Amino acid sequence: MIPSPFEYVSAGSADEAVELLRRHGDDAKLLAGGHSLLPMMKVRLAAPSVLIDVGSIPSLSYVRAVDGELAIGAATTHQTVATSPEVRSQVPLLAWSAGLVGDPQVRHRGTIGGSLAHADPAADLPMALSAVDGRVVVLGPSGQREISADEFFVGYFETALAPDEMIVEVRMPVRPGRPWGYQKFTRRANDWAIVGVAAVDGRVALANMGPAPVRAVSTEQALAAGAGATEAARLAAEESDPAEDMHADAAYRRHLAQVLTKRALISAGVPA
Amino acid sequence: MRVEITVNGSRQEDEIEPRLLLVHYLREVCGLRAANVGCDTTSCGACTVLLDGTSVKSCTVLAAQASGHAVTTAEGLSGPDGELHPVQQAFRQEHGLQCGFCTPGMVMATVGLLAENPQPTEQEVREGLEGNFCRCTGYHNIVRAVLSAAGELSAAGDR
Amino acid sequence: MSILGTRVLRTEDPKFLTTGGEYTEDLVDDRLAGAVHVFFVRSPVAHARITGIDLDAVRATPGVVAAFTGADLVDLPAVPSMPGFNPAMTQTLLATDTVRYVGEAVAMVAVEDPYQGEDVIELVGVDYDPLPPVVDPRAAAGDETLLFPDAGTNTVITYGEETDEQLFDDCEVVVTRTITNQRVAPAPMEGRAAAAAWGDDGRLTAWIPNQGAQGSKVTMARMLGVDRDLVRVITPDVGGAFGAKFGADPEHAAVAWVARAVGRPARWSETRYENLLGMTHGRAQVQTVTIGGRRDGKVLAYRLEVLQDAGAYPRIGAFLPSLTRLMTPGTYAFPKVESVARAVVTTTTPIGAYRGAGRPEATAAVERAMDLFAAEIGMDPAEVRRRNLLAPFTEPRSNGFGALYDSGDFPAALEKALEAASYDELRKEQAERRARGDVVQLGIGLASYVEITGGGGEAGSPNENATIEVHPDGSATILTGASPHGQGHQTAFAMLASEELGIPVEKITLKWGDTDLVPRGGGTGGSRSLQQGGAAVRQASRELLDVARERAADALEADPADLRFDVSRSAYTVAGVAQAAVSLGQLASTERLFVHTVFTAPGATFPFGAHVAVAEVDTETGQAVLRRLIAVDDAGTVLNPLLAEGQRHGGIAQGAAQALLEEVVYDADGNPLTASFADYPFLSPTEVPSFELVDMATPTTYNPLGVKGIGEAGSIGATPAVQNAVIDAVAHLGVRHVDMPTSPRTVWRAIVEGSAG
Repeated sequence: MIPSPFEYVSAGSADEAVELLRRHGDDAKLLAGGHSLLPMMKVRLAAPSVLIDVGSIPSLSYVRAVDGELAIGAATTHQTVATSPEVRSQVPLLAWSAGLVGDPQVRHRGTIGGSLAHADPAADLPMALSAVDGRVVVLGPSGQREISADEFFVGYFETALAPDEMIVEVRMPVRPGRPWGYQKFTRRANDWAIVGVAAVDGRVALANMGPAPVRAVSTEQALAAGAGATEAARLAAEESDPAEDMHADAAYRRHLAQVLTKRALISAGVPA
Repeated sequence: MRVEITVNGSRQEDEIEPRLLLVHYLREVCGLRAANVGCDTTSCGACTVLLDGTSVKSCTVLAAQASGHAVTTAEGLSGPDGELHPVQQAFRQEHGLQCGFCTPGMVMATVGLLAENPQPTEQEVREGLEGNFCRCTGYHNIVRAVLSAAGELSAAGDR
Repeated sequence: MSILGTRVLRTEDPKFLTTGGEYTEDLVDDRLAGAVHVFFVRSPVAHARITGIDLDAVRATPGVVAAFTGADLVDLPAVPSMPGFNPAMTQTLLATDTVRYVGEAVAMVAVEDPYQGEDVIELVGVDYDPLPPVVDPRAAAGDETLLFPDAGTNTVITYGEETDEQLFDDCEVVVTRTITNQRVAPAPMEGRAAAAAWGDDGRLTAWIPNQGAQGSKVTMARMLGVDRDLVRVITPDVGGAFGAKFGADPEHAAVAWVARAVGRPARWSETRYENLLGMTHGRAQVQTVTIGGRRDGKVLAYRLEVLQDAGAYPRIGAFLPSLTRLMTPGTYAFPKVESVARAVVTTTTPIGAYRGAGRPEATAAVERAMDLFAAEIGMDPAEVRRRNLLAPFTEPRSNGFGALYDSGDFPAALEKALEAASYDELRKEQAERRARGDVVQLGIGLASYVEITGGGGEAGSPNENATIEVHPDGSATILTGASPHGQGHQTAFAMLASEELGIPVEKITLKWGDTDLVPRGGGTGGSRSLQQGGAAVRQASRELLDVARERAADALEADPADLRFDVSRSAYTVAGVAQAAVSLGQLASTERLFVHTVFTAPGATFPFGAHVAVAEVDTETGQAVLRRLIAVDDAGTVLNPLLAEGQRHGGIAQGAAQALLEEVVYDADGNPLTASFADYPFLSPTEVPSFELVDMATPTTYNPLGVKGIGEAGSIGATPAVQNAVIDAVAHLGVRHVDMPTSPRTVWRAIVEGSAG
C-alpha cells in the first residue's frame, strides 16, 4: 500500500499545471485531493512518475454564480460543495450528491474536478453532473473549451480529456426550487453505488449501469410524452449495459434501475 | 524534498521522499504512533488526524500535501499535563474502546464531526463515523461516547 | 462497599486514548535496532506447481539484504498439525513445489527500508504451472482433484457416524434443507505482525500479537525446529484477535528464521490485503439440517450434517466441526439427534477459529431448522421453541453429545427476550403491514442458544494460574496466563484483587504475555479468562492473605487467630486493637510477599440466552435493515457490567454482520474477490442499530465467582436471530429460507422465486 516512487511538483496556477502536463506527458498525473488517484497508486493500479499538485491553487476553489449559472472551481472539495448555501439552493441535487461521496474524511479532501476526471461510472458526481446537464470547463495548451457531461464521460475511467488538459471549472444551469430525486443503492453507507439514479426536470442519469453514467433516454422520452413515474421507470435500463459483479448480476441491476428510477422520479415531482 | 509541517502546534522541517504518506511521516519521522494503518483502501479511518482542523485519512494524504499546514493527532489533543480532552474522556466514560487500535482515529474523527455538527442525532453520529471501522465495540458505546461528548462540549461552550 | 458488580472504568484507557496502544508495528526497542523488514511474495494463483523462482534481480537491488524461497527452509519441520488429521496434508513456512491458495507465501525478501518492500517483491519472478482449482467443498469431497496426492483424498477428518436410517420414521412432518454458514474474515483492526531478534545466547525473542504467548512459543519453537527453552515470546498490545491470533502462523516463524539467517533483527507487518488472504478465515460450513416431528409442534428428531471447508492446509478450522457436533442439540430436548461432520481441503485460505469457533455454526443450524419446522407446521416460531426447550436445571446435565451443561434456564431467557421486545406487538405490526401490502415489511427473528466456554485446551481439567505480589509501597502486580486484547482484564482482575486485598484498582498492575515472566498459561479465547484466570486471581489473593496472616502474627506478636484483615486499610489488625496493625505493604518491605496459584475448574461452563431481531425488508429491492436487536445473554454473575456489555455489543455486531453482510468470496478459479476493506463488506457504523441488552444471571458453581464466559455469546445468538428476521419479513411471500449473508440480491431472488411458488 505504498505508491511506486514519483517526482512531486507543485503548480501555482492552472496554466502552470497545463505546462507541466505538456512537458511530462503520459508520465504525469494531476493531484488535487488525491482521493481518487492516491488509492489507485497505493495498490499500484496507477504508477505515474510525476505528480503535479494543483490542490493548493486558491483560484481553483470557489463556488459562484456566473451568467446565471453555477460555477464551481475544479479543486473545490466535496465538503464545500455539499454545504455551500449557494449550491444547496441553486442546484440542490449536486449538493446532495457531493454529500454522499465516501465518508466525511474523504469529502474533506476529494474535489469535484478530481472525481469527474477519475470518471468512475459507479461514482456520485459523474451521474449528478449528467442529470443536471452540467459541463466541465477544460484548460489545455491551446486554451479553454467546454465539454458537456454526456460527452465528457466516454468509458470506464475514461474521459474526453487530452493528456495535456485539466478541468478548471464545472458549470451547470441553476434549478432553485425544482424538485429532484436521488437514489444511491449501497450495502454500506460509504460504498459506491450498486446502482444510482439522479433525476431532475425530465433528465434521468444512472450510475453503475454501464462503463459511463447512462442517460435513461427512453424514460426521459416517456416522461416527455406524459407517462407517470412507474410507467416511465420501466424503461430505465433500456440504454444500459450493466456489468455483473459480486453485488449484482445484470438482471438484478436492471430491476434496481427500474425501482430506483421510479422512486427518484416521484421525488422529482412526477406523479406515480 | 523538503516539507514544513506544524504538528501538534510545533513547526518542523524535514527532508522526505515525495511518496511518504502523512501517516508514516507522523509515525516514523515524528514518532507519533497513535494513528494506525488498518487498511489499504482508505476505508477504515484508523489513521484519521486533523489537517487544519478538519478530519482526514492520513494514509491518503502525502506528507508533501501537508507542507505549510497544521496537523493535530490524538497525542496533541490532551492537555499539557495529560488531562483528557472531553472527547477522550467521553470515550473512557462510555467504554467506547476495547483493543484501542481504531481509537485514536475514531477520536479524531469525532472531534472533526462535532466541530461541524455540535449536536448530532444518533443517526448523524453513525453516518458521521461511516469512515471509521471498529471490530471490537459493535459501535454501540462509541455512539454513546460521541453523544456524551457533544453534550459536554456544548455545555462547556467549546467548539 | 464491594467493588464487584460495579461499572469500574478501565485503567487501561488513558494510554490508548492519548499516545495510543503499543502494537507490534509501534515497537521501539534497542533489541530491534537495525532490523530488516521482511516482505512476502504471495501466489496469485489458487493451485499450481512452482516451476521456478528467480531471485537474481531482487538480490542485485540496492537496499535488499537477502531473499529466500522455500528451498532455503527445507530443513525445517512442517507446520504443526492436530491429532487425527490426515498426516499427508502438511504445510511448510514457504511453499516449496506446490501452492494451494491465492496468497500463500512463496518467497520472502528482507530490505533495509520498509518503503522499498513493495517495490522489490515485484522483482521476484515466479513461474507457475496451473493445476485445477477446487473452491467448493462439495467438489473437494468428490476427490476429483486432490490437493495432496499422497493423501489419496481431500478429507482431513470425519466426526461421528450416521447410524439410524429410521431416525425420522415416526414423524408426521419432515423438513430438510442444505444451508450455508458462509466463510467470513475475522479482520481484526490490527493485522498480523512480528518482530524477532536472536541474542548472543542463541535465544530468540519474538514479539507477536497473539492470544496466548505460551502457546505461541510452543508453535514457534516447533516451526523453527528449536528447543522451547530457546524461544521467548513477548506480547505487545494486540489490536483485536477474535480467535485468529492463537499460536503462530508460518509467517511469524519465517520472520524469526530470516533474523537468524541475516544476523540482524527482523520485522514484518502485513497489509490488509495480506490479512484478508493470509489470516485464517472463519466458519465456512455447508450444513444439511433435517428436522421432523408432530404437527402439534413437538420435534422428534434432528440431524445435522456438516461439510467443513478447511481451506488449503488443515488448521484448527478442521477441528471446529467437532465443537459444532458437540453443541448440535443446543437448548432443545430433542428425543433423537444425530450429527456427523467431515472436513475437506480446498484451494482457499485455511480456516481457523473465529469468535465462537464452531459453536455459532451449531446454533445457526438448529435455529434455522426450528424456523423451517415452524413454517412447515404453520406455528409461531416462539411457540415451537417453547414446546421443545429443555426445562430449567441446576444440576449438570449431559446433552447427549459429550457436553455437560452446568446450569441453565432456557425458557426463562426466551420469555425475557420476547417480553423485552414486546413480541406480540411486533407480530401485530407485522400483520398490519402484510394486510396493507406495504413495500417495507417487518420481520421478527428468534434465537435460543447455549454455548460452551472455558472448555480448556490444556491437558487435564481447565485451569489457569495467577501470581500476585504486593510491593512495599502498597501497590500490587498480578501475573496471569490469560492474554487480553481489548477485554479489559487489567481492570477486571484488579477489581478482584482489590476486593480481597484492599488495594485500589489504580495501584494494581496486570502483566501477561511474556513467556519468561509467565511461563504457563492458557491464553484468552473460548471466553475462559474471567472464569479461570479471574478465579485464579481471587484464589491467589486469598492465599496471599493467608501467607500474610502468618507473617502479620509474627510482626504483631499475636496469635494468627486473633487477627482481622481490614480491607479499608489493606492491613491486618489485632481484633479490638485498631492501632496494632501492619499493612500488606509493610509486610512486603521486610520480605517479598507473593503467591502463585493454579485454579482448576471442574469443567466447561455453559452460558445461554435468547436474541430477538427485528428487521425491515424493502420488498422491491431486497434490502434488509436491522432495526432492533434485543439480547438476553446469561453468563452468570457479572463482575463489571461496563465490560460485560462491551463484550455483548461486539459479539452481537459480529453476529449481525455475518447474517446481513460479510462474506469472503472466491470466483470459480479460486481468486479472492474480497481482498480489501472496500470489497469485503466489513461492518460499518451505519449497518447496525444500538442494541437492547436485557440482564439475566444464573450463576455457576464451577468457580467461586459464579461466572461463565461472555465473550462469544453475542455472536452466537445474533447471527441466527438476524437471519431468521430477514426471512420472516418475506415469509408471507413464500420464502422459506435465505442463505447468509442476506444481501439485497439474495433476498430479492428469494422473493421472486418464492412468489413463483
